[in-house]
Amino acid sequence: MSAASGRLSLKDGLRVASVGLRARRLRAALSALGIAIGTAAIVAVLGLSSSSQAGLLAEIDRLGTNMLTVEAGQTVTGQPVELPTEAPSRLTLLQDVQQVAHTGLIKGKGVYRSPIIPATQTGGLQVRAASLDLLTVLNTNVAEGSWLNPGTARVPVAVLGSVAAERLGIGAAFTGERVWLGGQWFDVVGVLESSPLAPDVDTSALIGYPAAKRYLGYLSLARGVRKAGPPSSIYVRADTDRVAATQPLLAPTANPREPDGVDVSQPSDALTARAAAAGAFNSLFLGLGVVALIVGAVGVANIMIISVLERRSEIGLRRALGATEGQIRMQFLTESILLAAIGGIAGVLAGIVATAVYASSKNWAIVVPVEAWAGGIASAILIGAAAGLLPAIRASRMSPTEALRTV
Amino acid sequence: MSGEPVLELDEVTKVYGEEPPVAALRGVSFSIRQGELAAIVGPSGSGKSTLLHIMGTLERPSSGTVRIRGIDAERLDDRELSLLRAREIGFVFQQFFLAEHATVRENVADGLLYAGVPAPERYRRADEALERVGLSDRATFKPTKISGGQRQRVAIARALVGSPAIVLADEPTGNLDSRTGASIMDLLRELGAAGSTIVMITHDASLADQLPRQIRILDGQVVSDSRGDHDLTVAESEPS
Ligand SMILES: Nc1ncnc2c1ncn2[C@@H]1O[C@H](COP(=O)(O)OP(=O)(O)OP(=O)(O)O)[C@@H](O)[C@H]1O
Ligand SMILES: [Mg+2]
Repeated sequence: MSAASGRLSLKDGLRVASVGLRARRLRAALSALGIAIGTAAIVAVLGLSSSSQAGLLAEIDRLGTNMLTVEAGQTVTGQPVELPTEAPSRLTLLQDVQQVAHTGLIKGKGVYRSPIIPATQTGGLQVRAASLDLLTVLNTNVAEGSWLNPGTARVPVAVLGSVAAERLGIGAAFTGERVWLGGQWFDVVGVLESSPLAPDVDTSALIGYPAAKRYLGYLSLARGVRKAGPPSSIYVRADTDRVAATQPLLAPTANPREPDGVDVSQPSDALTARAAAAGAFNSLFLGLGVVALIVGAVGVANIMIISVLERRSEIGLRRALGATEGQIRMQFLTESILLAAIGGIAGVLAGIVATAVYASSKNWAIVVPVEAWAGGIASAILIGAAAGLLPAIRASRMSPTEALRTV
Repeated sequence: MSGEPVLELDEVTKVYGEEPPVAALRGVSFSIRQGELAAIVGPSGSGKSTLLHIMGTLERPSSGTVRIRGIDAERLDDRELSLLRAREIGFVFQQFFLAEHATVRENVADGLLYAGVPAPERYRRADEALERVGLSDRATFKPTKISGGQRQRVAIARALVGSPAIVLADEPTGNLDSRTGASIMDLLRELGAAGSTIVMITHDASLADQLPRQIRILDGQVVSDSRGDHDLTVAESEPS
């Protein structure tokens, strides 16, 4: 007589293991819920951080990593050093530099909704003169209206950065809107989308250099000529493969007399750092997920212990019908694993849905790492096995006659 | 009746607990032959259920031997003993023990679940067994939707489904009114006449008297067996 011939088929095994769950659906659903909540939290945290990272990386990809920023800095002693007016044209001469654009911060000028607003209430907004190729170099789009052109650069018109437009309360229907700038009205002709590579642009009202010179007196002397300027930030696009080689040349080229007074940076570095930070998941929520999972595991163990006690006569009957101790143990262990796995799968689905909803609202790619969903289901199964082990052993150790005795 | 012995007990004792030890069975010997229909009768606490559990290999005796179809149960491990129960022993309990969420047919078919019989075959045999107990028309019902007598018939069909060597019934009429109980007794007699080997436990002497053989026990000992002497001789002459 071979003992193997008494083995249950997979189908029979699953049917037997799900008897208890099918008989008490609500109870099963509630105890699976704990596992589901924990798994959903973990999957959503991992999914959201991956998706937001993917979103940032996609943006970096769009913006390009070959932009370098050259800004006016300070001397070693802390004195501000202006960039020479001719710095942009000198930088253009560098071999690996493809494009150069620049803005000049006009100090002491604010942009206001109306003349009655006190000059000190700048709202954190600045006024900048901008070269006409600025948007091309920054890869920034016009949200509404149009960008400056050689004509509008000479007249009192302004284009607002995304944050500036928002703070000034100038939205989509800005036609005819004006802003009070440097003691006179400037017509708003355009609003920009956000400019992640140059956050300063977002908080600025941008006007043409000729207009800045004419209406705001923004000029400096270069080789005896009064020219609009000087620029305070120069944006340089370099050959993608030559960025590292180009970077050290920028400061001495921009300001040969005082290269130490020039700050050179690669703004995509900051974005890359932000992406890395976004990829580092929120450990508070992750911790809460783990706690929910542990509470869920205790719930499953509790339900399984109660279930074994309640189903004594079923255990006795099965033993009388020829179930081995091992088969009884397997039945309850599988039941516990099924319970937790159902919770785990539901949780993973909920986590994916949460990630999908949030990510698509932010226009990010939906990324749920394999580790998150596979790990979620795997840990649910492990939890089910751990929570069910003791009750299953108890069930199998119960003597058949004791199990059959009705009180 | 000259069938082979299917169940033999030899000097079986069962002692429960340590202090004070309770001797539930004290040297019980008898054998049941193929096709026999016997009652084990005794007052409450006399050791009937203990005896049934030992006969059914659900419990091991403290001493003595139990042989099913000549196989000494003592020598089998849990897996072998379980398979022996699955194939050779059918149980009927006072409380029926039917799965409420499964149909009558599934309940009966589950009598073969642990015997290594594939599902289609189990259901085919379940239909046969239901036919034998006269419940073919209730196959798709849930046990909660049929009467107590019908439930016990389902339990009997489940015990019979694997054509076991022996069916052990513990107070099968205990939860039924006397008329329904009588019809269950009729069924057992019918099955016995058709060749099944059935041992029924009861505290009711009048029920026991309806069966061809009565084994009376009192305080864990056989006090009379309507055909005991003969069986004991057979059991002793059997090689062990
Ligand atoms: N698990 C156990 N532990 C201790 N004593 C037990 C155990 N099982 C049975 N006994 C004792 O063994 C004796 C016989 O019990 P058993 O259940 O076999 O009697 P019974 O004849 O079936 O009685 P009833 O007709 O009331 O069901 C009783 O004295 C009982 O107290
Ligand atoms: Mg009893």
